[in-house]
Amino acid sequence: MRRVRKRMNGTGRGAHMRGSGTEVKATVAPGVRLGGVSFVWRPWVALVTLVLAAGAFLLFCLSISIGDFPIGLSQVIATLFGRGEQVDEFVIMDLRMPRALAGLVVGIALGVSGALTQSIARNPLASPDILGITQGASAVAVFLITVSGGAAAAVVSSVGLSAAALAGGLGTGLLVYFLAWRRGIDGFRLILIGISASAMMEAITTWLLVKADIKDVARAQVWLVGSLDNRSWDEVWIALWGTLGLLVVVACVAFQFKPLHFGDDVAAGLGVRFGVVRAVLLLCAVLLAAVAVSAAGPVPFVALVAPQVAMRLARCPTPPLVASGMVGALLLIGSDLIARTALPITVPVGVVTAVIGGPFLVYLLVRANLK
Amino acid sequence: MIRGITYFDMSTTAVERPAAGVVVDARRRRVVGLGILVLLLVVMAALSLAVGARALTPAEVWHGLFAGPESDRRLNEIRLIVETVRVPRTTLAIVAGIALGVGGALIQGYTRNPIADTGLLGVNAGASFAVVTVIAVFGLSSPFQYVWFGFLGAAVAGVVVFGLSSIGRGAGNPLTLALAGQGITVFLAAMTTAVALSDRESLNALRFWNAGSVAGVDFDVIWPITVFVGAGLVLALMTLPALNLLNLGDDVARGLGVNIALSRTVGITAITLLAGAATAACGPIAFLGLMVAHLARYLTGPDYRWLVPYAGLLGAVVLLFCDIVGRLVVRPGELEAGVVVALLGAPFFAVLVWRGKFKSA
Repeated sequence: MRRVRKRMNGTGRGAHMRGSGTEVKATVAPGVRLGGVSFVWRPWVALVTLVLAAGAFLLFCLSISIGDFPIGLSQVIATLFGRGEQVDEFVIMDLRMPRALAGLVVGIALGVSGALTQSIARNPLASPDILGITQGASAVAVFLITVSGGAAAAVVSSVGLSAAALAGGLGTGLLVYFLAWRRGIDGFRLILIGISASAMMEAITTWLLVKADIKDVARAQVWLVGSLDNRSWDEVWIALWGTLGLLVVVACVAFQFKPLHFGDDVAAGLGVRFGVVRAVLLLCAVLLAAVAVSAAGPVPFVALVAPQVAMRLARCPTPPLVASGMVGALLLIGSDLIARTALPITVPVGVVTAVIGGPFLVYLLVRANLK
Repeated sequence: MIRGITYFDMSTTAVERPAAGVVVDARRRRVVGLGILVLLLVVMAALSLAVGARALTPAEVWHGLFAGPESDRRLNEIRLIVETVRVPRTTLAIVAGIALGVGGALIQGYTRNPIADTGLLGVNAGASFAVVTVIAVFGLSSPFQYVWFGFLGAAVAGVVVFGLSSIGRGAGNPLTLALAGQGITVFLAAMTTAVALSDRESLNALRFWNAGSVAGVDFDVIWPITVFVGAGLVLALMTLPALNLLNLGDDVARGLGVNIALSRTVGITAITLLAGAATAACGPIAFLGLMVAHLARYLTGPDYRWLVPYAGLLGAVVLLFCDIVGRLVVRPGELEAGVVVALLGAPFFAVLVWRGKFKSA
């Protein structure tokens, strides 16, 4: 793992040396101090993040505007700022908004959660998916769908399934977290225990599917891919406030986040209480992923792909938090838009996310190699 | 300690005690360990022949293995059970176990990532996608028909991943390889889901395929699989010295005369053959390769010339054991070996991790 970290840093350094004029300037005078706050000003990172945010907002509005009853983009934006017509307001606020907002919130939550996990584990293959959260939630949901038999339909349509899945995901995630705790959290121990828990939960899911009636299997499979269909405001509010609250916590600790990449000794030397910081950030990552799963089901791979894509777009040596969240949101809303409008058959958003996200990551890798 | 000895430690230990003696001692321990593993494998194989829905005595197993057809109906029945059910199943568990164990150790070495599993190169996802697609398109229904499509899918996925990660500069860089593997896996898994959701027959086949089982495959499939695994093993063993050097870093390896591109290509080919063949015959058995690679590293230390044979034998022992357990726990039904590997192996592995038994490199 140490080698992987070196490789990650190496890529960053390479990008700097090969980089354009702005980056050279950034390396000459990077620090900005405003009163008691200081930060590093990297124009390229800021630009990429802004463009990604603008893109996410645009897709968000597009997602609201496109549908059986099309609404112009300008009206959408007017309504969002409280100056729309009444008919539009009904369609937008009651019908389309929950779905679009769920996509935005879940995307951001997954992106940030992935960036945190990969940074803490110092492993680009790490993601909340291997901390057992997704698999725990899936096992509980599949259990409810397949074992409850005739009552399945009633359970599936209710909020109860989301809540139970949330409990399952959270339970597994916290179990992994505490099992990995031994005089502090160690990234390597955490992912190995996480992988074990995930493998167990996945085996349970597989077994439940093998035992189940084929009709229930189809329903379970849809849940397992993740979907933004039929979101209600209740679910969205929970996800929205949960994500916002967790992001505030992350923002408060984030200034101590960067030194963690240098390893414990250097971080301690720079005055970071790395044990506490890492524990808090990791807990936030677990909770963010759990919130996302409860709102959209286990949308796969966003948390894995988004930080890696953001890292390469922003030319950072480590996953950038804000940009990762934006890439996550772009990916999820964009995929949902494509799934709803462009495809001849209806497919769950998770399928589109993976079909777009996987190859895009590969494209970025190949392009980096060709340079 | 066996684990303490690497090429570098020998020079320091030489000051106090004869390095040669330490090396011989370590080698003896590793050979003894290897012997114990072989013995365990034989015991497991014997158990696997005897245990099942119809338990057999050692004498009955012996008779079933070596006697010809007889007039006695009971004895003939036993012979049939041993010949057509137990022997193929045991053989496949050994072959697949060795393949996945060796594959797991190799993939961790070539990607230099301790959480890499045999599925990382897209092998499992490629096989699943191929199987689901041929079922949906051609309406094949028996596993005998789609095994070879599974192998083809696995091989193509492996080649694509390695090919993409080898384009341009920094060819075959471990991180690029791992991430490209993830990207392709993600893509193929999603396509698999899309096909399975639109075709009920393939969804039905997929759920059984995903469980990963060594049962119900006969020798028409096992022989060719064994040939592929054998070829993979030969390639794997050839690259082990170079893999040791590669793990010191590309620059050091190049300086010591390793042809990096060649040994990576051979190594990845070996992994694809091993994991692809095993997956085609059994379905995806996750976690096995990862687990035994760590166990082997704990037992032998980082020298791949020892680590890989240990991992192979451990893989076979663990898979046989899990298959036997699977036949016993939910009688008269059975639990698929792949499910048991995860359910039993994961807690065991987690305890070892928690006790700090594994090192990251």
